[in-house]
Amino acid sequence: MTCEEAEVLIHALIDGELDAGHAREVEAHIEGCAHCAALMKEYQEIRQAIAESDLRYKAPLELRRKIEKALPQPQAAPSRRSVLRGFAMGSAVSAMAATGLVAIVLRNDDEQRIENEVVSAHLRSLQAGHLIDVVSTDQHTVKPWFNGKLDVSPPVIDLTAQGFTLIGGRLDYVNAREIGAVVYKRRQHVINLFVAQTANTERKTAKVSTLQGFNIRRWSDRGLNYWAVSDLGADELSEFGDKFESAMRANKEG
Amino acid sequence: MVVNASQDDPEKARRFREAALPYLDDAYTLARYLLRDAADAEDAVQECYLRAYKHFDSYRGPAMKPWLFAILRNVCRAEYARRKTAPTAVEELPEGGEQTPMWNEAPETPEKQMLRRFDGDTVRKLVAALAEPFRETFVLREIQNLSYREIADVAAVPVGTVMSRLARARAMLRSAWLAEQERAK
Repeated sequence: MTCEEAEVLIHALIDGELDAGHAREVEAHIEGCAHCAALMKEYQEIRQAIAESDLRYKAPLELRRKIEKALPQPQAAPSRRSVLRGFAMGSAVSAMAATGLVAIVLRNDDEQRIENEVVSAHLRSLQAGHLIDVVSTDQHTVKPWFNGKLDVSPPVIDLTAQGFTLIGGRLDYVNAREIGAVVYKRRQHVINLFVAQTANTERKTAKVSTLQGFNIRRWSDRGLNYWAVSDLGADELSEFGDKFESAMRANKEG
Repeated sequence: MVVNASQDDPEKARRFREAALPYLDDAYTLARYLLRDAADAEDAVQECYLRAYKHFDSYRGPAMKPWLFAILRNVCRAEYARRKTAPTAVEELPEGGEQTPMWNEAPETPEKQMLRRFDGDTVRKLVAALAEPFRETFVLREIQNLSYREIADVAAVPVGTVMSRLARARAMLRSAWLAEQERAK
């Protein structure tokens, strides 16, 4: 492969868009070419800097209002009469319930989107050379590696004795934010455990869902949201989550 | 700018809100980078959402974000065509134009030391200064996190073009980055 070709293909390599065969070719070229290797390193640094800068804009509230106003309203405004009747029937309670329902619908929608992104991140990680940034089976190496890279410190727990081997950690990008991924393996199956901060400190029990053939076990505990994603069966992924949670509890008590 | 009465279906409106409104910030961000003007970006995003609502019946997926972006991109291009004020803006470069360097060619030898980090505003400026269509490709990849396939669909070009544009965009950004680094010394 010539440098000219490599200079285009390293971008696809960085982005995890190359198939395994081409990825190997580019990697072979880079190993033997200091110029392209240095160039790739520089591009990765720029990419990292871009990911860490907040380059997004927030839509002005006024724009949101204008769009909302231009769309047909989801429900016709109730007539004055029915509002009054509603009060007589104790509708303050049902109105509150309805608000709660809206909140749940919105949150679910958001969760759905994030689950999509988590599965995409999992898929990206499986492409050549993208699974792990820090390779180690030692939790005392992986955990400090995250320091200073994230606004949270993801718990890193060795579960080898429980049948899940810690193989490393990675920075990923989900929901427009940097997120920590702790990587485990069982047999040939990779488990990505994504960890992100949440404002909500209440504990949420695990929920298992399936998306694009992958199982996702999601839970929250002490201000952190967890998504474990794998092609493992739902039962084994649940087992992983249970082991992880009980190890966390043991750590806390111990 | 109110959707006409035949479109007035509360159930459809509800589904559309749930599917499309979560991407409002994403759409606005893309419009800001494409048009480089806050007021124009607002108008374009509003137009995009109204068009998207009109065509929502024919929406079959796969993902909402690239679908919205494809509409938004057309709105931005139409806006430019109408005003005829933007010489290079969102228009395609002529054949072979993708080879035209925006900056001086990147130094042959990559820097030995770490690249300097800049604050968000400086990085935004560097990205905003990229020429089209490289800016569009770059923003869709690095800020919007789209796959090459999705970018190809949004920009209506082959995946190979996405790859070469992205390589070009990053080379330009690298040069600009190094120039800024030199200037800031």
